[in-house]
Amino acid sequence: MNQLRFVGSNLPRPDAPDKAAGRALYIHDLKRPSMLYGKIKYSEYAHAKIKHIDTSKADKLPGVRAVITGYNTPEIRIGFIRDNFALKRGKVRQFRDEVAAVAATDPEIAEEAIDLIKVEYEELPGVFTPEDALKEDAPLIHEEDPRGRPRKDNIVPVPWKFVSGDVEEAKKKAAYIAQGHFETPLIQQSCMGTAGCIAEFDLQNNLTIYTKTQIPFLAQNDFNRALAAMGLKGKNTRVIVPTLGGSFGTGLDTHAYEYIAILLAYKTGRPVKIVLTREEEFTALSPRQPTKTDIIQGCDKDGKLLFREIRMLLDNGAYTSWGATTPSVMMLPISSMYRVPNVYYETTIVYTNNTFCQAMRGYGNPQATWAIESNLDDLAEEAGIDPFEFRMINRNVPNDITPMGLHISTCGHKECLEAAAEKLSWKEKRGKGRKVARGVGMASLFHVGGSGRVYRSDGTGVIMKLDDFGNVSVIMGGVEMGQGLNTALTLASAEALGVTPDKVTVVWGDTATCPWDVGTHASRGAFTACNAAIMAAEKARKKVFELAAEHFMPRVKKQLEKRKKKDPDFEIPDLDYERVRDPSEFDMKENIIFLKEEPDNPFLKVALEEILRAAHFKQEGTMIVTEAFYDPCNEMIDPRTCKGNLSATYIFGTQGVEVEVDLETGRVKVLHVVAAHDVGRVLSQQAIKGQIYGGVIQGLGYALCEEYKTDKGRNLNPNFLDYKIFSAPDVDFPIDIECIETIDQEGPFGAKGVGEPGLVPTAPAVANAIFDAIGVRIRSLPITPEKILAALKEKAKG
Amino acid sequence: MRKVISFTLNGYNVSAEVESHKMLLEVLREHFELTGPKEGCGQGECGACTVLVDGYNVDSCIYPAFEVDGKSVVTVEGLLREGNKLHPIQQSFVENGGVQCGFCTPGMIMSAAALLNENKDPSEEEIKRAISGNLCRCTGYVQIVESIKKAAEMI
Repeated sequence: MNQLRFVGSNLPRPDAPDKAAGRALYIHDLKRPSMLYGKIKYSEYAHAKIKHIDTSKADKLPGVRAVITGYNTPEIRIGFIRDNFALKRGKVRQFRDEVAAVAATDPEIAEEAIDLIKVEYEELPGVFTPEDALKEDAPLIHEEDPRGRPRKDNIVPVPWKFVSGDVEEAKKKAAYIAQGHFETPLIQQSCMGTAGCIAEFDLQNNLTIYTKTQIPFLAQNDFNRALAAMGLKGKNTRVIVPTLGGSFGTGLDTHAYEYIAILLAYKTGRPVKIVLTREEEFTALSPRQPTKTDIIQGCDKDGKLLFREIRMLLDNGAYTSWGATTPSVMMLPISSMYRVPNVYYETTIVYTNNTFCQAMRGYGNPQATWAIESNLDDLAEEAGIDPFEFRMINRNVPNDITPMGLHISTCGHKECLEAAAEKLSWKEKRGKGRKVARGVGMASLFHVGGSGRVYRSDGTGVIMKLDDFGNVSVIMGGVEMGQGLNTALTLASAEALGVTPDKVTVVWGDTATCPWDVGTHASRGAFTACNAAIMAAEKARKKVFELAAEHFMPRVKKQLEKRKKKDPDFEIPDLDYERVRDPSEFDMKENIIFLKEEPDNPFLKVALEEILRAAHFKQEGTMIVTEAFYDPCNEMIDPRTCKGNLSATYIFGTQGVEVEVDLETGRVKVLHVVAAHDVGRVLSQQAIKGQIYGGVIQGLGYALCEEYKTDKGRNLNPNFLDYKIFSAPDVDFPIDIECIETIDQEGPFGAKGVGEPGLVPTAPAVANAIFDAIGVRIRSLPITPEKILAALKEKAKG
Repeated sequence: MRKVISFTLNGYNVSAEVESHKMLLEVLREHFELTGPKEGCGQGECGACTVLVDGYNVDSCIYPAFEVDGKSVVTVEGLLREGNKLHPIQQSFVENGGVQCGFCTPGMIMSAAALLNENKDPSEEEIKRAISGNLCRCTGYVQIVESIKKAAEMI
């Protein structure tokens, strides 16, 4: 590959100046003429029959333009298996259930109107743990399935099961076995910018919705389906995505509040805005799934893994989102992280009257990795092998096919393990800090790095449009939510096309003008968009060079004549100006077209914009707009066997953590974090560091302090005082980032997806370090001082 | 109760008639149509709404608008220099990766501005303490702290 000019550079993100000046417009900042404000009335019970809704007082409040309930609006079904409704009828199944909504001229009037709506309930017995949900006499959360057939139990009909080899036989052969029960809590994505939307209809009843989403095109499909349910079949939705204040998976589903805004906008004929308050963001938007995992792993006498058996019980909450499919991603580390021939994995997902869950960065992987990597340390301890050595013995290797049928191509797992060990001074520190309650631990991650074929298409579109001045609009279907996709795409487009990054503008976030994309998930944004941009750039270069064949020499001649005019002493060089050049003779770098055979000839250079203007301003002219649709070479998982090469490439990483535990208070102090990640290639220095630092700190929050607390389905800590995320003073330790560049053949310039991995292995690395420090194994997150003290007490008892 | 309050906003004398229960953030955003101060929580917990009042950083979402009468208010927009030139703190956030989703950025920058008004050469610990009331979910704070450190050098 030629030397890269922009890819891998430290160029700032293009949207940073506007953001730093307060000029970037988030949903909170958008207003439409004659806009109304919507507000939602939520359930007051976790499980209850709706006996009666009295909206008469709200209807009469001056300023109120509409009051809607499930009884005066068409039924709009939502959710992964269509088991949820925009507005509830008959009964409520969780505290956050939407029972009514209003639109008013002022947000304060809307709030007042909500309080005036009186709902009469008949409380039903609730189910608040997945174990209770499985009991024979458990109350049913849903009496009927989405097709109206009676349901007999609370099990969500999305069973995930993966079997490879023979685990029972392997158990007999194993020299060492470790077994454990691990748990993870509900946690909240905690986007700084809360969710919201503005819905409005034009006079042909087509919908425009400005909304915080990661899936504009799938959302378009969802909303069009809602329009059909409203009697507007054939009408279309235009989804416009404003600047996102973080998303972290919250935008992978369409939400009840969006449909409510649509219903209100249709009823009132005016734009309606709903923005969630911070409390609503906690209580009415879905958090990450909690898990209960039983795991057994075993190895032979040399420490080679023989089997892994995992059974999971997942509390789905009252309805399904795409989050119900997270086991499909959990399956990746379970089947394929470290080489393990015999694997058994099964999940039971149950409905409860708790808040329903959705996607969050890592999509199930952190929960699975928590159990695997914690238990792996226990197994290493059983086998009497150093945990780093144990991991080296079982590490993933390049050009391997895993039990799930994942084709590992490039693999920097070894380099990641070694980098983590070296930066952490593993040899000097491991097992030597017990006296001062200091320890080191590590954990790895395995994730999709080349998108993931969740839908039949894994495609993304990019359009490149060149203007009179050599500017390039790179119009993409993906979503910039803060992760740095625009930065990566700017650099990759400039590099691929042969222009400077300042000439590139990324345009995104509008289903009416941007090409189709399946959604920004699975760490796929940069991987797919940059690959599409490379394809579109190739087409654009071809066109540019075709134009150059016609216009290059005449332009050169004109330029030299101009120069001669200005400077009579200048001698026009003797070149063959009449010679018709072939397109293949040209190259372009940094906006300048030149001849390959004479790259250094100062006279044989023409700016791209000159050629473009020449092409535009002539009889029968032309323009350069190219498009490409990139769909990676990956497969959907076979629904029966759960096997298939889900991603075009895979990503590896190892994080190492050093901690010190205060034996008096149980407080864990992080001293040092090393994050070594196989990234394929660094596309943007700034963006990749930002993603990994941010991931590590989210991972530490998951490890040590984040917990969405509930009591019988009601959230107890819907604010940042009671729901603790890391603040700046908490980051009082160094974080070393090591980017291992394995240059993947499928990746754009060799890059793999890096969006999610940063937070995946952090929690088990912390737990493993704590074990090294004080000899106790904490098996449930977050690792609070109370849990540490209780475990120490238990240990002291012997 | 309604009252006309007068104050300087980003260097200009302004006045507005506001109700007694209104917080400064709402007045800045609704009346003066500024988009820099953000509402991240409305409860004084996240710092996205941070502005300077008489040079000190406050959470404008819980700062009663009546209280700014006769005072000076500076928002992130007020840091911009002629011709939309970024202030060195803003420039440093751009150059050092201090910005990701950007929602916390205006508040973060105003807390940094308050710090650098008081302390020209802050230590890393002092920087972290100065932004302890500004939450960020994207960056892990590392590049934000670097941005403020380098801004101090530039100023």
